[in-house]
Amino acid sequence: MSIDSAPDTAAPPPAPAGKAATKQNLRPGDRVFLGLARGSGITLLVIMAAIAVFLTWQATKALTENEGNFLTTFEWDPNAEPPVFGIAVLAFGTVVSSVIAMVLAVPISIGIALFISHYAPRRVATPMAYVVDLLAAVPSIVYGLWGALFLVPHLTGLYEWMDAYLGWTGVFEYNGGAARSLFTAGILLAIMILPVVTNVSREVFKQSPKMHEEAALALGATRWEVIRISVLPFGRSGVISASMLGLGRALGETMAVATVLSPSFMIETSLLDPGGGTFAQNIAASFKEASPAGIGREALIASGLVLFVITLLVNGLARLIIARRKEYSGANA
Amino acid sequence: MKLQRTNRLRALAAGALAVSGALVLTACGSDDNSGDGDGGSSKAASNIKCEGKGNLLASGSSAQKNAMDVWVKNYQAACPDTQINYKPTGSGAGIQEFLQGKTAFAGSDSALEAEEVTQSKKVCKGGQGVDLPLVGGPIAVTYNVSGVEDLVLDAETLAKIFDSKITKWDDAAIKKLNPDAKLPSTKIQAFHRSDDSGTTDNFTKYLNTAAPDAWKYEPAKKWAAEGGQSADGSSGIATNVKQNDGAIGYAELSYATGNDIPTVKLDTGADAPVEATTENASKAISEGEIVGKGSDLALELDYKTTAAGAYPMVLVTYEVACDKGNDAATLDATKSFLKYAASEDGQKALADIDYAPMPDEIITKVRQTVDALA
Repeated sequence: MSIDSAPDTAAPPPAPAGKAATKQNLRPGDRVFLGLARGSGITLLVIMAAIAVFLTWQATKALTENEGNFLTTFEWDPNAEPPVFGIAVLAFGTVVSSVIAMVLAVPISIGIALFISHYAPRRVATPMAYVVDLLAAVPSIVYGLWGALFLVPHLTGLYEWMDAYLGWTGVFEYNGGAARSLFTAGILLAIMILPVVTNVSREVFKQSPKMHEEAALALGATRWEVIRISVLPFGRSGVISASMLGLGRALGETMAVATVLSPSFMIETSLLDPGGGTFAQNIAASFKEASPAGIGREALIASGLVLFVITLLVNGLARLIIARRKEYSGANA
Repeated sequence: MKLQRTNRLRALAAGALAVSGALVLTACGSDDNSGDGDGGSSKAASNIKCEGKGNLLASGSSAQKNAMDVWVKNYQAACPDTQINYKPTGSGAGIQEFLQGKTAFAGSDSALEAEEVTQSKKVCKGGQGVDLPLVGGPIAVTYNVSGVEDLVLDAETLAKIFDSKITKWDDAAIKKLNPDAKLPSTKIQAFHRSDDSGTTDNFTKYLNTAAPDAWKYEPAKKWAAEGGQSADGSSGIATNVKQNDGAIGYAELSYATGNDIPTVKLDTGADAPVEATTENASKAISEGEIVGKGSDLALELDYKTTAAGAYPMVLVTYEVACDKGNDAATLDATKSFLKYAASEDGQKALADIDYAPMPDEIITKVRQTVDALA
């Protein structure tokens, strides 16, 4: 690029003074850059299309041979004769663990982001931002090992407490045993998506117009009121995008869930009971011994396709919410 | 502009910090995996006869990976002209690749099925694929019950425990087998493999044969029973048994000894309960019989054996090669490597890494078959 544009700056074009530059006399540098940018855009679309086509093509092979109901069967036995598999448990586990992660992580993330952007003195805010970045750089298998070796044994107390006070709901009933449930996976996922949500939210909160904040202060608002009437409404769509980024990571997380969860093909009524599974975790666990002769791999790919679709839907929904909020908040303008 | 520059510096610093932090953390993480690697002995490999040269490709069972690693290391130390590459892709994929003629031999947890033998005639010109039992291993049932040092169980009790029919450690059935032990009323947490595995296949084969009334599920690589907890891989089982009071699980013996967790003694009906050791496993393998036809040495294990000192919960893995019609380019090297694996030295190396050497009468036949490979 620099080679192309260098001569341009050295020798300005003869006479573009009169009319606005038409397509014919685009400078070579512009043309090259346009081509490159357009090419990048097309590449992205081609890659997405290639993934979608591959997933669909492989998935159809498995789906035509499936003897169970793909959406409702509580079983995963694609290597058996006849093959029977369904994604009910996986879809439930994926959505539930991600929702738990969101419920735990988003409020804390907003808190951290506000603290760094509006409360903490600069001396504290900067190192804190580093620490959050550091969390984002830890590979997921390390989170998984930490979760399995440290978090799980230390969660028993919390589980017993929840059982005592929330056990009557049936959803938080704890029957003893190692705490390797969807709830634990949700806690671990929450920690993993914390940095993503925090970083993006922090950036958005920092962008909130100083004039608004000062106007609010001039009206006699307290620090909290300033945040409530000027920072939060401005940052709302940004926080939603941040949460969706986090949700995307939670939905697709593989190794951390696979190390912490005790997978089974049952939906437990209590979130604290071991069992369940997620799409990505099941692919990781079943791929090694999936028989190449049968449809083991294709069945896993079919489940991957469902995850692909769920992720697309989630992203679409987020776009929709942001588009609706745009006019009120003035963000993304 | 100034602002921007500091920002960039800050980002750099953050990145550097993050990277170094991640490195430190990963280092901690991977520490955990050591201990069950190829800590096997590499004795002076003087008896290895090198024949053939070049690359030897093989793939298959991951259960015999550690054994292969040791054999390959020893063999290559003696025969630097041969490169052996064994990929632990799983038995199914290994046999598939062998049948397609991509590999010189395959490793497999189970003997070839009739259909696979027919298919093998295409690759083995004038011959067929044969099973050579070369690696055995005890499947240990490991447990963690505070205050219990010595635990005896039989097939039926094991089946009931893993099928969530027995849920407390002080159950009458367990008490009966362990009259002297102080059994607590802790809840039993039975751990099984969450991934498909040959170990699960062999473990459930044992339960299904030795206690057919208590274990009704068909043996398979995938865990069929409901309830209990699951974990990924043998190391996952061992880790979870180690950190949960009241836990019980099954894994290859090396994972139990490596993690320093006790193993269950089996009440097989013999005079005394049998411990999970490589020696006792070899003994049990010798109780089985060869059911393969001709030069094929497929074994049928006797899971119900009551012979003294025979530990029947074993798995046997095979190497699969052609009896006739092996690829001429790799025949010499294959023969020479398998000869070493079946030799006294090769089998002795197994016991050091918690695999069971094949009993004499079987290994003698393996040697004859290997000598006759063409």
